[in-house]
Amino acid sequence: MTGLTPKPTSALRTVAPEERSHEVDHPSSLVAMFDTTKPLKLDCGIDLSPFQIAYQTYGELNADKSNAVLICHALTGDQHVANRHPVTGKPGWWETLVGPGRPLDPARYFIICSNVIGGCMGSTGPASLNPATGKVWGLDFPIITIPDMVRAQAMLIDHLGIDTLFAVVGGSMGGMQALQWTVAYPHRVFANLAIACATRHSAQNIAFHELGRQAVMADPEWDHGRYADKGIHPHRGLAVARMAAHITYLSDAALHRKFGRRMQDRELPTFSFDADFQVESYLRYQGSSFVERFDANSYLYLTRAMDYFDIAGDHDGVLAAAFRGIRTRFCVVSFTSDWLFPTSESRALVHALNASSARVSFAEIETDKGHDAFLLDVPEFFDIASAFLDSAGKARGLKASKGS
Amino acid sequence: MSLQGVLPLNGFSGGERLAYRPDHLLVASMVERGSKVLDIGCGDGDLLQLLESRGIDGRGIELSREGVNHCVAKGLAVVQGDADTDLVDYPDDAFDYVILSQTLQATRRPKAVLENLLRIGRRAIVTFPNFGFWRLRLQLLVGGHMPRTDNLPFTWYDTPNIHFCTIKDFVQLCDEIGVKMERAVALDSYGRPLRVVMPWWFWNMFGEQGVFLLSRGERR
Repeated sequence: MTGLTPKPTSALRTVAPEERSHEVDHPSSLVAMFDTTKPLKLDCGIDLSPFQIAYQTYGELNADKSNAVLICHALTGDQHVANRHPVTGKPGWWETLVGPGRPLDPARYFIICSNVIGGCMGSTGPASLNPATGKVWGLDFPIITIPDMVRAQAMLIDHLGIDTLFAVVGGSMGGMQALQWTVAYPHRVFANLAIACATRHSAQNIAFHELGRQAVMADPEWDHGRYADKGIHPHRGLAVARMAAHITYLSDAALHRKFGRRMQDRELPTFSFDADFQVESYLRYQGSSFVERFDANSYLYLTRAMDYFDIAGDHDGVLAAAFRGIRTRFCVVSFTSDWLFPTSESRALVHALNASSARVSFAEIETDKGHDAFLLDVPEFFDIASAFLDSAGKARGLKASKGS
Repeated sequence: MSLQGVLPLNGFSGGERLAYRPDHLLVASMVERGSKVLDIGCGDGDLLQLLESRGIDGRGIELSREGVNHCVAKGLAVVQGDADTDLVDYPDDAFDYVILSQTLQATRRPKAVLENLLRIGRRAIVTFPNFGFWRLRLQLLVGGHMPRTDNLPFTWYDTPNIHFCTIKDFVQLCDEIGVKMERAVALDSYGRPLRVVMPWWFWNMFGEQGVFLLSRGERR
């Protein structure tokens, strides 16, 4: 999602509310509607109903419905994996992995990606209209969890008439969902590709999320979450949250390599608080472009869902118990410079999977690109993803992709 | 101690004999079909592929990233890890066999590794270069330099092999930690089993590799 290119920006831009709200309720994606006969049973005890899920698909489902791949998106991602984004006009966020000749080739797989529950790109979330009040949900929206997101996805997969997914694939929060899929529906997942993720959110990561949420809530325009009623948006608070989070997606080495201490469009310091340094300008750009496409309350809800995630906690503290007797094939990938979801988290997962006798491959990939590496051009990662999916495909009896 | 049980390589097709290293064929012949195996230090995954082709559920641990990536590219279930530090995380009795092929001499704590093999697996298969092999002895005795062979090509200053032992040393270690030797085979320079029944000093002199099938002794 992030090209490391500094772009000049003067000030944080205000976005007209109607720009966001259209995709929230009327996404330019496929939409699955679930009426009051099919409520989503949330972990907090509330039945969410009615609700909708916005999703994109690529490729064709084969006759025996054995080639379906679900991609789970990360915190600020959405369903637009491999097509032009309807709001930003940018290419899909995972076109490095998904597309013709890529590890996930639509010529071979039926690829599905849905916007998570609580998101703001067409699936029901705090930015959606609450049918009971006719107003935007805001903080009246119930707290959702990673298992809730997965439960909603399972209802979508049912809706599509698919019993078993060939693979569930995800990085970061998407990896959490992929893992939760095998925990909740072990018989419905043949292969699991979990990238740069963890089975629980660490104290440091919860701390960063709290920082982001406090930045949003400190913005007067947040207005206790009721900003949508007034047609405003806490863009300054949300931009600060994004800037802080964005630092955690990179690495010291990557920042140094890209920006160092170089100045932005100037030779000498201005002796002011302007964005003198390229790195400042870059961060401001990341913040301001993010608020154009993301809802502040949605950011609060989704970060909270990640905070609550703890697979072992749901299984009496024993991680291996969650995967007992599992038949799913796993491929776990981490990146050396990822300090948000460090290799140690992946190792803990791999140990638990080994203890559960699961079939698991694990590779740590050397890169200085930090957590964001999973979204960037890292050929070694693609080789591993391809090989894992190909061998799982063989075991599943899928036809080989063209040219392989 | 007498060493017996020279294994003829029965049960392998001509194609398999051509495609796989003789020592890998020997190890594979020691593993019962349908069992579950952990190969520690699985390298490029050749042995694991042979085992999987024989209906054995194989898993691997490999230290080098390139090795892991090669293995995953072959569709093998291999994780990046270190025999010295990661075996403690595996539960007891997780595997029917644990294989340590040409890796023991590169571990920091061979004794602890060996003990872990027989905790994780009901049986262990260990292969290692025999430092008592006559050519190595001769190089040191006559040449006066650290031995190097085709199978052990490293110089003393860049070798990953930090804990060489002889077949005799290994047998002593097994006795010391109460491990039962089910089978022992010495291989010649071509990886073929020495087909003569001889006292152990002969094997220690003329075997270039030792291959041991171990199980838990009563003292455990």
